[in-house]
Amino acid sequence: MLQVKILGTGCAKCGQLADTVRAVIAADGIAAEVEKVQDMQEIISYNVLSTPALVVDGAVRSAGRVPSAEEIRSMLAPRTRGCCCKGSSGASGSSCC
Amino acid sequence: MKMNQSVRWWGGFLLAALLWVFVYGRLEGFAEVLVSSVGLSRALPFGEALYFFIYEVPKVLLLLTAVVFVMGVVHTFVSPERTRAMLSGRKRGAGNMLAAALGIVTPFCSCSAVPLFIGFLQAGVPLGVTFSFLISAPMVNEVALALLFGMFGWKVALLYMFMGLAVAVLSGMVIGRMNMERHLEEWVQKLQGSAGPGSAVPLAMVWPGRMREGLVHVKEIVGRVWVFIVLGVGLGAGIHGYVPENFMASLMGREVWWSVPAAVLIGVPMYSNAAGIIPVVQALLGKGAALGTVMAFMMSVIALSAPEMIILRKVLRPRLIAVFAGVVASGIMLVGFVFNLVL
Repeated sequence: MLQVKILGTGCAKCGQLADTVRAVIAADGIAAEVEKVQDMQEIISYNVLSTPALVVDGAVRSAGRVPSAEEIRSMLAPRTRGCCCKGSSGASGSSCC
Repeated sequence: MKMNQSVRWWGGFLLAALLWVFVYGRLEGFAEVLVSSVGLSRALPFGEALYFFIYEVPKVLLLLTAVVFVMGVVHTFVSPERTRAMLSGRKRGAGNMLAAALGIVTPFCSCSAVPLFIGFLQAGVPLGVTFSFLISAPMVNEVALALLFGMFGWKVALLYMFMGLAVAVLSGMVIGRMNMERHLEEWVQKLQGSAGPGSAVPLAMVWPGRMREGLVHVKEIVGRVWVFIVLGVGLGAGIHGYVPENFMASLMGREVWWSVPAAVLIGVPMYSNAAGIIPVVQALLGKGAALGTVMAFMMSVIALSAPEMIILRKVLRPRLIAVFAGVVASGIMLVGFVFNLVL
């Protein structure tokens, strides 16, 4: 079960991010639990400076923007251990070690 | 396929840029033709107002789109996390200047002002330096600069930028000097200096993706402010056509010393974005209002607002909020007076 958290204090973009994440999860049939975090002190505990932020299994994957569905898909994909690539938003997605 | 996508982005960008230049250069003639084609002359008040509207609205929107796109791309290079790393441990003075300058290019939304404020303090950015950033980021923003450039020309836009930076630097230095740390909320005080300047966010972005961010930024900003621009220019057009020359001279003119503090007092609680206020202000300028007074009004509307104070109340005690508003308002007044005196 993937633990997904959306950090944000209720701005318009936070809702957009939550919607996009939920849509990707539903479309791909990912087993995930989505939680919206609005508490300021908890948001700050992630060392995030701008909201909305996306936290997947405890790791901050994006902050301050609403990534495209494609990007979110790669952020939600399980990270292979020891892999150094950073998602497939770039051009060199295949040269993963 | 990746290659294909990249080519499409760059091709699209080039095409859009060419189209932009082509249209932008023809706006004046187009407005002229349109006004005379409905049988009006610019000598008539309504003709002049119509011309102003038809010419200014697309011009300002085009400029805004271009500037906001560029800023959206710039934002992918300068994250708040990176800015914080650059500012942590900086001394007063140089730190304030760097903070104010970074405030122009760092993405900033007043809804994340609080995490940003705390995040800065947590990483050991001094309070005064943090304030310099927090003042400059909303005041010297791309929407204001694009509109000023479009409606007043590059000189006034540059002047606004430098004056805004000066207010941010000086206010931050004054607040830093006053040792206001004990007027932060208690839980914030405890967090000060508790974390390293390192970033938690991976910033993995490459070229066509940066353009996508620029486009997203355009959709978001232009999508939100275009209504204000149309309304603001409409109101400005009315003023242009109908308000008599020198009407504002007795109210906002250079000889009226109290107009600067009055403008700031009215402007501080007002909450409007630059998009709505600048076209109106530009029209007032043509009717005898002094540039310094107008500038002070604009700055106080954009830099300080009641909603922002309410957001900041979560981390600042009332005393520090009052000091913040007071120092910034004084700085803006000073700018107004200096302008009226010099120009």
